[in-house]
Amino acid sequence: MIQEDIVRHGISRLVGLVPTLLMLITIAFFLIRVAPGGPFDSEKPLPPEIRANLDAKYHLDEPLIQQYFRYLGQILVLDFGPSYQYKDWTVNELIARGFPVSLTIGALAMVLAFVLGTLIGITAALRQNSWVDYGAMGFAMLGMSIPNFVIAPALILLLAVNAGWLPAGGWDWSIQRMVLPVITLALPVIAYIARLTRGSMIEVLHSNYIRTARSKGLPKRIVIRRHALKPALLPVISYMGPATAGLITGSVIVEQIYSIPGIGSYFVQGALNRDYTLVMGVVIFYGVIIIVLNFIVDMLYAWLNPRIRYDEGR
Amino acid sequence: MAVSCDGQGDGPEGGRSSRPQPVEDVLLDGRPIPSVLADEQVLIRGNGEEPQTLDPHLAEGVPSGHILRDLFEGLTTEAPDGRIIPGAASRWNISADGLTYTFYLRRDGAWSNGDALTAEDFVFSIRRSADPVTASNYGNMLYPIANAREVLSGELPTDALGVTSLDRFTLQITLTDPTPYFLNLLAHPSLYPVHRASLEAHGRQFSRPGNLVSNGAYMLEEWAIRSHIGLVKNPNYHGADDVILERVRYLPIEDQSTELKTFRAGELHWTYEVPNNQFKWLRENYPDELVVSPWLGSYFFGFNLLREPFIDSPDLRRALVLAIDRDVLTDKVTQFGELPSYNLVPPGVTDYEPAIPDYVSWTQEEREAEARRLYALAGYSAEKPLRVEIRYNTSENHKKVALAIASMWKQVLGAIATLVNEEWKVFLQNRDQQVVTQVFRAGWIGDYNDPHTFLSLFHSDHGLNDYGYSNSTVDALLQEISSERIPGRRQRMMQETERIIIEDDPILLVYAYVTRRLVDSRVRGWQDNVMDHHYSRGMYILKARSASSGRAKPVDVGGE
Repeated sequence: MIQEDIVRHGISRLVGLVPTLLMLITIAFFLIRVAPGGPFDSEKPLPPEIRANLDAKYHLDEPLIQQYFRYLGQILVLDFGPSYQYKDWTVNELIARGFPVSLTIGALAMVLAFVLGTLIGITAALRQNSWVDYGAMGFAMLGMSIPNFVIAPALILLLAVNAGWLPAGGWDWSIQRMVLPVITLALPVIAYIARLTRGSMIEVLHSNYIRTARSKGLPKRIVIRRHALKPALLPVISYMGPATAGLITGSVIVEQIYSIPGIGSYFVQGALNRDYTLVMGVVIFYGVIIIVLNFIVDMLYAWLNPRIRYDEGR
Repeated sequence: MAVSCDGQGDGPEGGRSSRPQPVEDVLLDGRPIPSVLADEQVLIRGNGEEPQTLDPHLAEGVPSGHILRDLFEGLTTEAPDGRIIPGAASRWNISADGLTYTFYLRRDGAWSNGDALTAEDFVFSIRRSADPVTASNYGNMLYPIANAREVLSGELPTDALGVTSLDRFTLQITLTDPTPYFLNLLAHPSLYPVHRASLEAHGRQFSRPGNLVSNGAYMLEEWAIRSHIGLVKNPNYHGADDVILERVRYLPIEDQSTELKTFRAGELHWTYEVPNNQFKWLRENYPDELVVSPWLGSYFFGFNLLREPFIDSPDLRRALVLAIDRDVLTDKVTQFGELPSYNLVPPGVTDYEPAIPDYVSWTQEEREAEARRLYALAGYSAEKPLRVEIRYNTSENHKKVALAIASMWKQVLGAIATLVNEEWKVFLQNRDQQVVTQVFRAGWIGDYNDPHTFLSLFHSDHGLNDYGYSNSTVDALLQEISSERIPGRRQRMMQETERIIIEDDPILLVYAYVTRRLVDSRVRGWQDNVMDHHYSRGMYILKARSASSGRAKPVDVGGE
């Protein structure tokens, strides 16, 4: 019965994905073209005949609406087209090569952030208003407020240039090159998760059913593990959906500073260069990831929180 | 047998730099002797952004140029000092009218897969470069070739292009106008040969490792997009015996300070650039590695002559030109060894004496006094000050310079300038449309080592004439220059053209660009040149001096 509810809920969410994506594609398609300038404008302007050759090659000489339907047709067969900026590559190839990199460091950062964040949060909650709590929350405040463009160069200077323990940047799938970017990405998330966990844990610990459990003489550790943990993690789980999406789709700043070939930069670079196909490809890809992750979070939520399940089941 | 020492390098003993110092470079017949060479001849070069493409005919931008010069070789190529020397062609004849070039290819010329490099390859390649279907954005480099414009615009078929093979190793190119810098153009990627068979077999993927067949000193070994591009020595290159570096790795590091840190961590031999704001620190800490040299570029601001207040206002423009102190701008504002400039063609252009306006010899006080006189003459005063916008694209450097210019105008003339910052493509569009601009950031990096690349910008019909500048004398002179064959006369005509342009003040010159980078002092076999073209094929890496001694490790050399 419960399984069925979750499945039905899931299917309705999946069906909702199609119009959302279509809307996303349409808005993005016209928005990027409204921006002044085009992909082939540069400091050295092209002679008109050469400009015409380029426009013809990329079908930019066609009416906009025709370009739009041409693009929709391409999307149906999952072909994002050639990048204007990286002319030897298709957008599919760029995403296929960049995403594993972003996914790896993003996922590692998320795991690190989840483990450390919840541990710190729970510890702080259990010793509320002690120096441990203040210390942990002070750290969390710092982690959230120091921007990564400050943290990252500082880490490089300290651990790569001065100590020589780790490489300063670059990418070759080795663990050494992942350490600094993962830490940089994880820090603010650790901090945020720690604060979330602490807050909700304190709230749960003060709720009646925990007090009941405690008064029945159950040891504190068991009460926390069996009864308090799941509800206390609910806000963390709902935060993790968008946070994971943010982490695995790459961060422009972290990629630039550590010179990592992820897909985060494509979004910004593509937009600045008016690389229409690249921007569109990345937008659609992000859209799908965010929708899918939100979907997973929904499912997890339903599993963790009986109240949602029953509401929908009725 | 000549034994000599390389003049460059060997900085002060016990310098503050913690980087490994090289042993003394010992040359024998112009080549370093084996005992001074590092065991591993792998050069790692920072290369700015990811190259847009490795297809030489589609390439644009500086990063791809660096890699393509290692991968391919045109009919001509450049020596380390930038001189044009024979490349794939071992020699050539130029007809008396300067319109027909006959190139004799090397008999030992070969592609990296061992195929012979023939005149037919060049015919195919140059036609491909001009083919509208290829859509090369450097097609204008081909303009001097007969019928190139018509082919590029699709009016004539590609075989109408003035390029023919006379026999297997002889190529003839006919030109529309005698173009004295034509041999320079041949070293540009848009005129490199491409391997027909692999292009036809692989299509868009022909520039991938394993597919790319090239004719330069190196061939493509790996390409991890936005991570690195690895080149390996091409054993079939005609000069392979003289190529010392076994491998070259290009790293696309976009962030200047990341690049600097990577260099400091010893993971890079050669940076693409250095952070703008760290000149003093670098000069103190990396005196042996910091290389600053003139670059073929001018940095200036343009006046929109089609819009108030600059329509018919020579006095006002001259006042604005004179009121700024370029020495202060380069010394205190940009602070990176840029050369203050008053004329258009930057220093370092071969065989050219630039036209220097007379106010260069004045003191800044004299310039400012004259500026105030002209400002008043143009009808402006403290009660009725000039109000003007300075427009620039987002960049810390442009902002600093624009701000400094605005404050100098305010201080000297009492003019009120406001700054307008625009995103790159928006800026380009506004500049091109000439409707909203007044004073705007401009500049030009030369495409070839000839004043013509700078002067032609001021032709009434030039695509980058965003100033709305039109002077029939200049147009006529430019026309004459392109058909003039006698170097001395051509030089004088170009000087006259430059003089007239500067006299008309369509632009406000600020400085001549310099290139600035860090180069590991063990890397040798390169020289400064205005084009900033540094081919890896002549470079080599010296052994590091043993760290403890601080003195040069004794090297076994006869004549030392």
